[in-house]
Amino acid sequence: MAVVETEHAPEATRQAPLLSGPLGMLAINIVAVVIGVILWGLVTSYGVVGLPTPMAVVTQAVIQAESGLLWSDALASLARVFTGFALGIIVAIPVGFLMGWYRIARAIIEPYVQFFRTIPPLAIIPLAIVTMGIDEMPKIFVIFLASFLSSVVATYQGVISVDRTLLNAARVLGANDFTIFRRVIVPASLPYIMVGVRIGLGASWSTVVAAELIAAQSGLGFRMQQAQLYYDLPTIFVSLISIGILGLIMDRIVMAIDSVLTAWQEKL
Amino acid sequence: MTPKISFRNVRKTFEIAGNAAFTALEGLNLDIEDGEFITVVGPSGCGKSTAMNIAAGLTAPSSGQVLVDDVSVTGPGPERGVIFQQYALFPWLTVRENVEFGLTISGKSKAERRRIADHFIDLVGLTDFANSLPKTLSGGMKQRCAIARAYAVNPKILLMDEPFGALDALTRVQLQDQLLAMWSKERRTVMFITHDVDEAVYLASRVVVMAARPGRLHKVVDVDLPYPRTEEMRLSSEFSELRNEVWRAVYHPAAAA
Repeated sequence: MAVVETEHAPEATRQAPLLSGPLGMLAINIVAVVIGVILWGLVTSYGVVGLPTPMAVVTQAVIQAESGLLWSDALASLARVFTGFALGIIVAIPVGFLMGWYRIARAIIEPYVQFFRTIPPLAIIPLAIVTMGIDEMPKIFVIFLASFLSSVVATYQGVISVDRTLLNAARVLGANDFTIFRRVIVPASLPYIMVGVRIGLGASWSTVVAAELIAAQSGLGFRMQQAQLYYDLPTIFVSLISIGILGLIMDRIVMAIDSVLTAWQEKL
Repeated sequence: MTPKISFRNVRKTFEIAGNAAFTALEGLNLDIEDGEFITVVGPSGCGKSTAMNIAAGLTAPSSGQVLVDDVSVTGPGPERGVIFQQYALFPWLTVRENVEFGLTISGKSKAERRRIADHFIDLVGLTDFANSLPKTLSGGMKQRCAIARAYAVNPKILLMDEPFGALDALTRVQLQDQLLAMWSKERRTVMFITHDVDEAVYLASRVVVMAARPGRLHKVVDVDLPYPRTEEMRLSSEFSELRNEVWRAVYHPAAAA
């Protein structure tokens, strides 16, 4: 295994001029991951740490995938995230615009937003379970809260950061308030909104897993919690890695959408 | 004949926190005739941009008023085009979409918008960049796009706030000539703010010199050079005499008074 490692290194240095390109970066990414997995294999197979080997985790993943358990767990978690996240964004964007556009709305809403932002969404779970029962409602509510709070602040920031000269430029071309809102405020705050969406999605994903650990009958977090009872480390690893991969994929999708929507930005 | 733009005893003060009010503009009286090209020059703090913003309807005067065609200005309007120093192009719109922005608001049909936009894009020499986003344009090209956008809504007045202030010297001279060429083709009343004495003399038929603390009109210099202005004129003795006169008025207001 150590041989594989040394084979990769000189190859990487030989391609030095290529390495700065996107393909070169991807190659380094892959090499880094491969080395990480090899190290993991080494420390576990020699018993340095009492963790499952990569093979044991892969075997467990195949078993779970064949029985369909992995997919139904992932689907359950994703469904909760998307419901809560979508609701959060749908409410946060208009509220954020309202806060940015009307001082009165800002004065009314801001204390609540700032207060609830300081409470970790997970701390709401006991309250949510007591008041909403143990089915999907409390989990979706907590995810909604997590994505709403991060997106509303970003949207509001976007609106108040719009370049005043652009507003004046629209005004002198004859634009009324509605036109300015639709054709200047909305596009100009889009980059901020996308930052909020990205943070909101990250917050939703970490919240769903934690919420499932506390109270759920399905999902990746629930599966880990079950595995913990039976000291089933490979299952915990399968869930953890699935959570990481799904989170990464979702983040990359948001980034790709963002780069299309805000391609007009002058990036330094 | 009534003046196109008339400043009537326009005064503007700003509140400064914990301090007395700051007088940005003190009793400005100025008439600008229809089709005239005037430049306003002065040190920073002389209220030249404030005066322009009041005429544009973006700032309300503390007292006095600005009349356009004998009607008091109460807000911005498409008959007064404004060109900003920072270009103020909408970065998410292409050059053509920027130029069409005001035309969409006035409810022109798609074909009509396209025709007018293309005409002015051609006039400022950006035809090859009609579908480009502002981020791909140089500073000079951005300002040309902004000029086309202002012209497209067919304003009777163009208010320009140091439009070439951020450009390099060569681009600046080129744009001055382009602006004059355009002005002689599509005659508008122009009020052009600048801090560059050469630019002020080269463009205008009258140079309005302002002084600071408090911001006020100091002197009006008539520029008797004929249009079209040329490079030779820039080097002529008449030009340098006028430039010296304006220069002295700008930098030594007390001595010149």
